[in-house]
Amino acid sequence: METLEFEYRGGRTALTRNKPVLSGVLGSGNLEVLVEPADLGGACQIIVETAAVGFGETWRAVLDDVFARWPVADVRISINDAGATPAVVSLRLDQALKAYTGGAS
Amino acid sequence: MDAETLLPRLFPQGHAVVFDGEFFTGPARCGATDVTVIGARNKAPIGVELAHRMADAVLETVREHPGRPMVLLVDTAGQRLSRRDELLGVNGYMAHLAKCLELARRSGHRTLGLVYGEAVSGGFLATSLLADVCYALPEAEIRVMNLPAMARVTKIPLERLQELSTTSAVFAPGVENYHRMGAIRALWDGDLSAHLEAALGEPEEGDRRRQDGEARGGRTLARAVADRVRRDAA
Amino acid sequence: MTHSWYENTARGRIEAFLDAGSFEEFLPPQERVASPHLRQLGTPAAFDDGVIVGRGAVGGRRVLLVAQEGAFMGGAVGEVHGAKIVGLLERALDERPDAVLLLVESGGVRLHEANAGLIAISEIMRAVLRLRGAGVPVLVLDGGQYGCFGGMGIVSRLCDAVIISEEGRLGLSGPEVIETTCGVEEFDASDRALVWRTVGGKHRYLLGEAAALVPDSIEAFREATLGLMDIKPDLSLEALEAEHARLEDRIARFGACPDATDIWTRLGIENPTTLPLLETADFLAATDGKRA
Repeated sequence: METLEFEYRGGRTALTRNKPVLSGVLGSGNLEVLVEPADLGGACQIIVETAAVGFGETWRAVLDDVFARWPVADVRISINDAGATPAVVSLRLDQALKAYTGGAS
Repeated sequence: MDAETLLPRLFPQGHAVVFDGEFFTGPARCGATDVTVIGARNKAPIGVELAHRMADAVLETVREHPGRPMVLLVDTAGQRLSRRDELLGVNGYMAHLAKCLELARRSGHRTLGLVYGEAVSGGFLATSLLADVCYALPEAEIRVMNLPAMARVTKIPLERLQELSTTSAVFAPGVENYHRMGAIRALWDGDLSAHLEAALGEPEEGDRRRQDGEARGGRTLARAVADRVRRDAA
Repeated sequence: MTHSWYENTARGRIEAFLDAGSFEEFLPPQERVASPHLRQLGTPAAFDDGVIVGRGAVGGRRVLLVAQEGAFMGGAVGEVHGAKIVGLLERALDERPDAVLLLVESGGVRLHEANAGLIAISEIMRAVLRLRGAGVPVLVLDGGQYGCFGGMGIVSRLCDAVIISEEGRLGLSGPEVIETTCGVEEFDASDRALVWRTVGGKHRYLLGEAAALVPDSIEAFREATLGLMDIKPDLSLEALEAEHARLEDRIARFGACPDATDIWTRLGIENPTTLPLLETADFLAATDGKRA
């Protein structure tokens, strides 16, 4: 197992403090994503617990794209991953962030 | 220890337990009380017939002998693995046995389990684990699955399982682990009849296995998590 | 969101099944009450340990409920998962809902935490019986992809009633386990028709192991639940003796039957081989009055 941490800045804080959102189920080849408000001085923090070791750069590339689509601030995104492909990761994060923000990015 | 050796050590004053294949039952004398012994031997696999016979012995005691304690001596290799047992609904037979033991408890019968041989998985679940309290002999064996089979099914290397089981009681076979987890109240050696008499004299106080598991360090979360679910505001 | 029970996730089922907006979760995922044991075995842990517990309403009736997520480790019971269920059952002693609903989907004990899982299931068994003894009905809803096996198969039959769909399965040892241990001649786990004849919803209903058979829809499960909500738990000596006699009778009548089709023939059902193909409504019509 590996723990990866990423931080993104320059996002926009939501006007209201949103309720936590969970997307996905931690099945084999899948992942679950928890999005929560957090006091991070404007940062977006992403923490990944993954069973697939050594894919840090792949995660960074995927998360860079996700943050470009959803530039959120003061948000913590926690991920439990059981070997999902980048496509599935992207999809699940889009789902989670759409639900969290109410759809407007 | 086999059942024939165990019985006189538990009941030196005498017993009238009758063996019928893998099943045995009958009255026995403990201190100033008669108890009903309900048991299995020779690592009996528990299928629909044996589960039903055990339930029969429980119901008969409730009907005919109000207040009489029951002592479960179940040596089992686990549930019988067969298509026929699944077809007939063996889970329902085991559940029925469990309901009968609960009826006994609510009707004022003390129920006590003593693991003397093996207690495995579903066979253990439907019998001794449902008594008010369960004890074990130090030389007995309790398990869900042996480590090599567990390694095959979980795809975790056997060496890793062996290494972890030296520090964690959470998955490896052993009566000491089950004691630490709170499922076994105590291990008995020496004067078994004295242990039994003392145990039957203790009041029935509900299921305290979570508290014991926490106090002994085997299950550090179960009690606290259950309490939080019970009491936390939504 | 799908209306299939089988295709749905545990959270999806809860959302579609309960009255809109009525669900409140205890120990929600952001509390991160997860398994402390899985990481050291190199396996990722879910925020909710694969089970959701909470409170809600069904047709205005107050319920407490448990929903197991089969996709996470087969819905298997570990220390935290089991403790959440026990806590929910004990909460029901305090809150006295109209019913407790167990939306089961589980292979039984989680091997990674085998001892904790086994003991937890025993504690669940004691808690269910204590709760029913206090007069609160407990209903089981079984229709997920992973079935309901192992210790959860025993738990299910401790409850007031099992509502099962055609797709649902209920048993003790899974067909794969039996095949691995006893050989393919004993049980060919890849023979889906055989599996469903042996442990599937239609057979369980005819045998008397399930109280209601429903098609694979959230709405059908809802309707059946409302229909059984007023059941009164009965753990009296009389009730158990009646059940005891029925179970003895079952062995006598069907103990020599090699296959479910033979059992169904003995139940007086015509054309038993067509039963697996019938839609639920046609099946119920064809078997009306013939259940064991």
